[in-house]
Amino acid sequence: MPKLTMVQAINLALHQEMEKDESVLVMGQDIGKNGGVFRLTDGLQDKFGSDRAIDTPLAESAIMGSAIGMAINGLKPVAEIQFSGFSYLTLGQLEGNGSRMRNRTQGQFTCPLVLRMPYGGGVRALEHHSESKETYYAHTAGIKTVIPSTPETAYRLLLGAIRDPDPVVFMEPKHSYRAFKQDFEPDGVAMELGKARIVQPGDDLTIISWGAMLHRTQKVVEEISEQHGTSIELIDLQTIAPMDWKTITESVMKTGRAVVVQEAQKTLGPASEVIALINDHSLMYLEAPVKRITGYDIVMPYFARENHQIPTIERIRDGIEETLAF
Amino acid sequence: MPSDVIAQFNISYLQILDENGKVDKELEPKLSKEKLLEMYQVMMKARRLDERLLKMQRQGRVGTLPVSVGQEAASGAAALAMNEEDWFVSSYREVAGRIALGEELHQPMMVFGGFEEGTVTKSAPRLLPPQVVLGSQIPQAVGIAYASKLRGETSAVLCLNGDGATSEGDWHEGINFASVWKSPVVFIVQNNHWAISTPLSKQMNNKTIAQRGIAYDIPSMQVDGNDALAVYTAVKMALERARKGEGPTLIEALTYRMLMHTTADDPKKYRSEEETQEWEKRDPISRFRIYLESKKLWNDTKEEALEADIKQQIDEAVKYFESYSDYALDENFNHQFGTRVDSLEEQRAEFNKYAK
Repeated sequence: MPKLTMVQAINLALHQEMEKDESVLVMGQDIGKNGGVFRLTDGLQDKFGSDRAIDTPLAESAIMGSAIGMAINGLKPVAEIQFSGFSYLTLGQLEGNGSRMRNRTQGQFTCPLVLRMPYGGGVRALEHHSESKETYYAHTAGIKTVIPSTPETAYRLLLGAIRDPDPVVFMEPKHSYRAFKQDFEPDGVAMELGKARIVQPGDDLTIISWGAMLHRTQKVVEEISEQHGTSIELIDLQTIAPMDWKTITESVMKTGRAVVVQEAQKTLGPASEVIALINDHSLMYLEAPVKRITGYDIVMPYFARENHQIPTIERIRDGIEETLAF
Repeated sequence: MPSDVIAQFNISYLQILDENGKVDKELEPKLSKEKLLEMYQVMMKARRLDERLLKMQRQGRVGTLPVSVGQEAASGAAALAMNEEDWFVSSYREVAGRIALGEELHQPMMVFGGFEEGTVTKSAPRLLPPQVVLGSQIPQAVGIAYASKLRGETSAVLCLNGDGATSEGDWHEGINFASVWKSPVVFIVQNNHWAISTPLSKQMNNKTIAQRGIAYDIPSMQVDGNDALAVYTAVKMALERARKGEGPTLIEALTYRMLMHTTADDPKKYRSEEETQEWEKRDPISRFRIYLESKKLWNDTKEEALEADIKQQIDEAVKYFESYSDYALDENFNHQFGTRVDSLEEQRAEFNKYAK
């Protein structure tokens, strides 16, 4: 089995899916000859030609709009935006058309497309290169918003996203792009969207996280479990919308306690929805208030101060211990 | 049915100082000795600053970085054509222009070192920080100009972007606004031929960027963007037009990005070295030095003195940046709103419990 980084896993998924399905193509700024700013699309233009690995002019709205047109007319574009901070110009097209074409035409026209973009901080990048704004997309009906956390889930979720009949925004935690490698069989099996993943089962506490925060949280979970013998169930949310309330609430019914860790700022981040779902389905099982550990409601600081904005090990540990002790 | 020509257009190209440093005597602007020396100093300072920043990036002392090497004339000479009450609204490849307007040398170190503090130029209240979202400053420049005009001021706005940004909707929307509103804006497009790995030929099918301005009925021209005298002359003229209420002008400055887009890419992967070498011959600084020497304004001794002076200024800037340590971690909380927000203060308390 090959050991792959998330970059390699995503690149492989694109290679395999383009080979398998002629209607799949990739497009975006610098994705061809240059292989993308993070090299996610490396080699695709050499292998599939510039008609299926399209270097586009510099225009996010037109990338999105033309991808929508391609999707309406039988192609499955996988469009890349270089950083999520530049993706907001796609929102006009996505909210105005891509997300609602199926509904508008009662199924006559659909938009099976993927919009990929790296997101998140911790890599000492310039302004607009470090935000976590998954809420913008998750808050748009008709779009699925997916965030993988490992090379294998990135591979399988991307396959799932490409094969999905509707628009999927696929946000990649750039902090995890090359942070570690993983052994898995790249066998072309997709992971179903809309399903959370139980990373490790446990009985005393449920923790829900996603993206780069999952790893930081996992470290703390291992430490606490070792120190106190606590049994913690860790859930990788994977799809932000539609959210898998069943996996979350079944876990909370078992443990009675929950912590949500998100990189995004506090107000109306996905954690708010996780907590609402717990209230909807398992409020009476709670033995402690649900804790959320999030970024603050401030503009993402330039990188000299960004590490204090992203939930730290210490904050996560305190949040978990507080919830366990309640 | 005979068809009548109802519109035609021409694009003029202005060069005053050729790549060998030979000046066109008829077009040569009458500039004071001080102004000419200032032009040279600004370009040299920008070049040396970029080179130092690049070294600092390689050593991990600052983060990812765009540099402007080769483009010093296009923004530097343009900024020197401005009046004090004019605005400068630009992207991030205008180091020379920013320095000309008073940005201190430690500021880019601060910005690329991760501190918002670097965006503030105290001596230049009409210098906006670099805009990273491409093309988004174009409509903003038009709005700034609108406000000045409404108040009856005679100030103009100098708005700069690159060739890549002219593909953005914001660029076209803003240019159209400027045309409709007859905005006192001078648009400079630094056509450096590359948007990261994308050559201009893949960016647009037009022969020139200038004709895109003409499409919006904005007087538009090309200049040799590596010729400080041509840039200065064209911008000066366009700013005067703007102040007289004659509306916007678009100047396409032909130049070249001699190095990478940012330190995160490698030009060898997407363009030929021959092309870069061709442009090396058209360097804006070396031809300007020849010009100054021909006017007996420059020599080796002065060059050495300037180099030493710039080195000292950059050393001081590095010292400032590297000794910057006594800063508040919760500074960002001070700048979210103009009024107190209680929930944010609660968050600040939690922030301060952890941020050390």
